[in-house]
Amino acid sequence: MTAPIAISLDVNGERFDAHVPPRLNLADFLRDQLQLTGTHVGCEHGVCGACTVRLNGEIVRSCLMLAVQAHGASVQTIEGLSDSGEVTDLQAAFRDRNALQCGYCTPGMLMAAQDLLKQQPAPNREQIREHLSGNYCRCTGYQAIVDAVETTARIRRGSRS
Amino acid sequence: MKASAFSYERATSVGNALELLAAHGDRAKVLSGGQSLMPAMNLRLISPELIVDIGELTELRGIAVKGGLLTIGALTRHVELQRSPDIAAHAPLLVEAIAHVAHPAIRNRGTIGGSLAHADPASELPACMVALDATIVIRGSNGERRIPAADFFKGIYETDLSAQELLVAVELPVMRTNGAHFFCEFARRHGDYAIAGLAAQAIAAGGVFSDLRMAYFAVGDRPVLARAASRLVGVAVTPAVLSEASAGLAEELDPQEDQQASASMRRHLAKVLMARCVAALLGRPDLNAGRPG
Repeated sequence: MTAPIAISLDVNGERFDAHVPPRLNLADFLRDQLQLTGTHVGCEHGVCGACTVRLNGEIVRSCLMLAVQAHGASVQTIEGLSDSGEVTDLQAAFRDRNALQCGYCTPGMLMAAQDLLKQQPAPNREQIREHLSGNYCRCTGYQAIVDAVETTARIRRGSRS
Repeated sequence: MKASAFSYERATSVGNALELLAAHGDRAKVLSGGQSLMPAMNLRLISPELIVDIGELTELRGIAVKGGLLTIGALTRHVELQRSPDIAAHAPLLVEAIAHVAHPAIRNRGTIGGSLAHADPASELPACMVALDATIVIRGSNGERRIPAADFFKGIYETDLSAQELLVAVELPVMRTNGAHFFCEFARRHGDYAIAGLAAQAIAAGGVFSDLRMAYFAVGDRPVLARAASRLVGVAVTPAVLSEASAGLAEELDPQEDQQASASMRRHLAKVLMARCVAALLGRPDLNAGRPG
């Protein structure tokens, strides 16, 4: 009964079929079975945000989801966003502004920041802070992260007009 | 930590879910969005033998308005409540409250039914249901029953639901003429569980309340509908009236102490919230000018 269950899902545009034990969470599935280790595991109870991924286009905590629940879904990890070039400018802004030190929170930060920028092209600092409020960073003090997101939003707006 | 091992069944219908619950009782746990259940399992606070995943039951999803009643399916996610024009028009209190429920990534998965069935006394939606005088719709093998939200919550993580039943929907009366709402909470970090919070729904005209439901959260073992609010109804609210209601509130509350706040701090915050609420709902900033009580 606790035997593996067959799942089939799309990860970063590639179809995967696997057998997973019910207790396996999506973060561990991505990291251990697919070797997509950009998704980090921090607190394992939804507080730190390091495991943030996209599920059917929306950000979710992959530590608060069972891999079996992702059956039939489309998942995008930081590897997907990075390889497609979707967050290249955001990554560059993080680098330029020193918005990371150890980097542990960065994949989740990029996921959450990109989610905000998709919904809200001109967020103010308060809105940026609120959208990233579910992502812990223990190095930067957040100021530089907010700067990087703000700068990226401004540059994206500029390049569109 | 990781959850301990369990068996998993993906329910194919409400009937199927009820059969599984009837067979396994309290050895089983219902999984909807999982945003409260998964942390509890990962921390090994609970270790169910069987998970009944109701996530695919589309019949439990959605928001409908009919004949003065707003019905919200149990699987409706927080993000859907936040964006729904029906909720904005008929239960705007919820839109305001949802912004305080955790963070975007959690709101994309968490469901109203899950939050209510979990019944964390510090969470926002149970208090909103009490303030809005909601009816909780529960289905079991013998059919459906309805229970007022104020009677549904029994204690910390405790509700009127039996292990064989499923919370399927909530019903809310649509906002009436002259209806007004207030929501405020104190938390260490935006999106964290509240230290003390208040969800209120009122009817006010000409500076007088004809109805005022103040539901506090995080100040007791369940949402607390303040009896003291009745002292503010049908009278011209003066600082003296408010101060009397505030004293009554402090007396009726029995807040817990934890690492976040002492009981007396919670009692104090509840009084602050009452003053802010009354001042905001009546458009009387003077009532919140001084220190409460």
